[in-house]
Amino acid sequence: MGVAASAPVERLHIALSGAVQGVGFRPTVYRLATRMRLSGWVRNMASGIEMEVEGTSDQLEALLLELKVCKPEAAVIATEEISRIPPTGKVGFEILGSRGDASEPKGISVLPDLATCPECLAEVLAPANRRFGYPFTNCTLCGPRYSILLDIPYDRAHTTMKQFVQCAACRREYDSYQDRRFHAQPNGCRACGPRLYLWPPGMKGDNPFAVAACALAEGKIVALKGIGGFQLLTDARSSAAVSRLRERKHRDEKPFALLMPSIESVHQYCRVSGAEQDLLQSQASPIVLLRPKDSHGLAPEIARFSPFFGVMLPCSPTHHLLMLQFPYPVVATSGNLAGEPIATEDEEALLRLKEIADLFVLHNRPIARACDDSIVRVMTSSAPQVLRRARGYAPLPIAVPHHLRPVLAVGGHLKNTVAIGLGRQVVLSQHIGDLDSMEARDAFSRTIADLCALHRFKPELLACDSHPDYASSTWAREHALAMGLPLVEVQHHHAHVASCAAENGLRGEYLGVAFDGAGLGTDGTIWGGEFFRASAEGFVRVGHLRPFLLPGGEQAMRDCSRSAAGVLWQALGPKQARTLIAPGIATILEHGIQAPATSSVGRLFDAVAHITGVAAGNPFEGAAAMLLESAIGDTRSDASYEIGWRDGVGDWTPLIRQLVTDRQMRVDRKILAIKFHNALANWILAVAQSSDLPCVVLSGGVFQNAYLTMQTSRLLESHGFFVSTHHQAPANDGGLALGQAVLAGQMH
Amino acid sequence: LAHGGGGRLTHQLIENVFLPAFSNPALNARHDGALLARSGERLAMTTDTYVVKPLIFPGGNIGDLAVNGTVNDLAMCGAKAIALSAGFVLEEGLAMATLIHVVSAMRDAARAAGVPIVTGDTKVVDKGKGDGIFINTTGVGVVLAPDPIGPEHIRSGDVVLLSGDLGSHGIAILSVRDGLEFEGDVRSDTACLWPAVEALFTAGIEVHCLRDLTRGGLSSALNEIAMIAGHRITVDEVLIPVKEVVRGACELLGLDPLYVANEGRFAIFVPAKDADQALAILRAEPVSAGAVQVGMVHEHTSGIVTLRSRIGGNRVLDMLSGEQLPRIC
Ligand SMILES: [Fe+3]
Ligand SMILES: [Mg+2]
Ligand SMILES: [Zn+2]
Ligand SMILES: [Zn+2]
Repeated sequence: MGVAASAPVERLHIALSGAVQGVGFRPTVYRLATRMRLSGWVRNMASGIEMEVEGTSDQLEALLLELKVCKPEAAVIATEEISRIPPTGKVGFEILGSRGDASEPKGISVLPDLATCPECLAEVLAPANRRFGYPFTNCTLCGPRYSILLDIPYDRAHTTMKQFVQCAACRREYDSYQDRRFHAQPNGCRACGPRLYLWPPGMKGDNPFAVAACALAEGKIVALKGIGGFQLLTDARSSAAVSRLRERKHRDEKPFALLMPSIESVHQYCRVSGAEQDLLQSQASPIVLLRPKDSHGLAPEIARFSPFFGVMLPCSPTHHLLMLQFPYPVVATSGNLAGEPIATEDEEALLRLKEIADLFVLHNRPIARACDDSIVRVMTSSAPQVLRRARGYAPLPIAVPHHLRPVLAVGGHLKNTVAIGLGRQVVLSQHIGDLDSMEARDAFSRTIADLCALHRFKPELLACDSHPDYASSTWAREHALAMGLPLVEVQHHHAHVASCAAENGLRGEYLGVAFDGAGLGTDGTIWGGEFFRASAEGFVRVGHLRPFLLPGGEQAMRDCSRSAAGVLWQALGPKQARTLIAPGIATILEHGIQAPATSSVGRLFDAVAHITGVAAGNPFEGAAAMLLESAIGDTRSDASYEIGWRDGVGDWTPLIRQLVTDRQMRVDRKILAIKFHNALANWILAVAQSSDLPCVVLSGGVFQNAYLTMQTSRLLESHGFFVSTHHQAPANDGGLALGQAVLAGQMH
Repeated sequence: LAHGGGGRLTHQLIENVFLPAFSNPALNARHDGALLARSGERLAMTTDTYVVKPLIFPGGNIGDLAVNGTVNDLAMCGAKAIALSAGFVLEEGLAMATLIHVVSAMRDAARAAGVPIVTGDTKVVDKGKGDGIFINTTGVGVVLAPDPIGPEHIRSGDVVLLSGDLGSHGIAILSVRDGLEFEGDVRSDTACLWPAVEALFTAGIEVHCLRDLTRGGLSSALNEIAMIAGHRITVDEVLIPVKEVVRGACELLGLDPLYVANEGRFAIFVPAKDADQALAILRAEPVSAGAVQVGMVHEHTSGIVTLRSRIGGNRVLDMLSGEQLPRIC
């Protein structure tokens, strides 16, 4: 025997938590261990993966290093615990059966759904392969996870695949360590797995995708049972088809997302950067916001008031196979009526979507929970920001720098998500939506119950927004009372900045900049242009936008001429303002009735968009602000309007007066737009320079604006500030639950 | 204290401060008035204090409100008013002509309702300590409803009837208080509801619940009923009448007419079998000539009110905390 044999043998017990199940972790460990001739075992357990490995200390060190480097792409290790135990001298390495102890708290991460991998796609497209044309093909590295999961640990019996008994061929793949499908829980084939069918039945043709393609080509609307719910598809080249979909869905001017057959097709219609292409092709496979080419030739009704196309690539074999038969862009929007949550069950879809869809593409694999398509925007050349976090991302935990008590945070009222705090992680739910409808509220309480059950989670306290009339706040008040738990009401903008600070691992004090549409302030007015000296302990409002009156309250959110009237009234004085605004609105302002005061930057955006003439109403939430940003185009300039900064108040009245003058002088809109954006960035810099805080955190829906985020970050960084922006959690109200969980969960 | 909006905060004030302090069976029933049984005769009693700016508005004044409001609260208990008291708090400097105008309006309203004002009281406070006139009225009535009525008696399958169009009172007040001018004339709907209620009883309609739609409007009233009953109430947006001028004013002001106050409108819960007959009876009375069926009661795990919108969604009509704070971010 050589030198190695005389080196002392050690044995380690290793426990890993995080997103480590259902990603091929155990086979990876098995391959590494057998290659390195280590003995021991690996198995799934409720809180992650555990293993024992025996060998020399050099070998063991090499294994630990290799595990980090060679771990499966989708795996995320949250914590690792390693302890030395006595060697046993046993030889061989094996994969043991799962140990799922229901009483044990589950620190495990549930994996999101992953887009079809290249190997699986190749099989589906290869005529000789036994999975040729099979729409439910997947492997350990791809396929559905969260959307089929009924319980943990992630085993087939705990998924909606449990009703499908594998045939001998599939079973062999599933049982073999060497196979790509070793313990691929949704494994199946045409002989044993889920089946696709069409409704209404009895249509001609044996390839359902060809039938669906035919329907699309005729301008019909197809309801497709996707991964996390139904999607409505129609030919994106046809104005008539897209208008019909809008009409039947009762959808306002909110843009539709597009599903495109291939990355080449995306390049044909849109301008795509390298980072954007990577995102489109990532395993999360989100909708990516892209700039359409000028002569794209698609129906203008897709996104009439938006500078973007939201584009995604096929994320499942079903989508690939359909796109093969219909190789053109299709509108792909969630299968629901406007304002309702996405439908997930066949009967439910047939009922709710029967007035909308002409043809249904269904299958018999149940969807365990609804999960919409995610929306992501690349802010700078490299950094994406998730605007709607759902399929492909949820429910991956977000690591936070504080240890949290078990807290359930219920989020905001619009773009709602909920979150649970587990130690140093926060699990943020998938996007639920606006909580106006009864269906959305049912989805909201269902998601809370589901998130808690999957994580064996029992909250010790609840957190909600301090707005008394958010449906989420009302729910939290009632349940805190019923459960006898304390309830922490978190100020809206504190939650915004805390969510951004937390996802960036920031501890201690920072300058929090919260720019958004509206949130309730501690003084009872509507905030939305706030500077906080903030930490996880609390905040002091060190600055804010000078308030103005919002005639008609909530009505102003739908009509940006009202915000414009509010700022003109104050900047120009009633006499001059009257010549520019509607008489009814002027009367409201004069008497100050139904005209709440607000310091909202979102509403200032609306006002400026209206005054510059880039937007008339506000056809959907955030539309005016998006149009104003896109008005900048490729213009680059440091020219700026002036925002006064004195005694903690940012006075925008000079800005409005300069803007009105520029407008009268017929200065180009892109100049007006860039001067406005620069004014905000310069103001943030001025506030930062007047504080003694080196860290600046940018949050709130306004920071979905790429130009403002980039310009502000650049300015601050060039002056030595450390800037944090959103990447994992949305800057909009979809991120509130994360901030609430962190703030409430670390209080003692 | 900011609990005046008639919404959830007012509700909390009642639940947390007044009910525990004064707890007794009649009060705890939480009707618009209290039912009292005395030697075989069923009596009802209610009290209300009226504060309104301006004192005189299109379609009425504080005097009409003070009489109609209390008579209506009794009517909602199924009782016909038999006697009223009137207590006045007057601010120094109030024009005598205004007082006389208000008092004669009270006399006319009481006469129209067939109820005498049998006792009263007057206090004068320093200038600046009151808004001209505050009036408290207390009413006693005899219950003529054959069966017990109230929120706890509504049942799944009941239909919800509305006595007429919504929002005129609240908008009329705003229009004069703040000098707003709307296209067209908006007048308060203040009126005595008893004739309509009495007609239902006379015809033998099985009335389960009655509720006037004052502060907080239709939405708040239905929420109170749904919560007590533990049922779901659905109403249909296209069936709810709102005058064009009121709708326009609400749109301009950013108000939801379903939350705007009325002084002469009420909701009626009857079993489906009686719905058509009840509607015909209501329509024959001038005060409820515009009666329509707007909704239904359904079994549910908890009290909730939803609005079937024009496009078919089910919007939840919440009990709001007070004034309509914007929720959109
Ligand atoms: Fe917000
Ligand atoms: Mg009353
Ligand atoms: Zn695969
Ligand atoms: Zn098979």
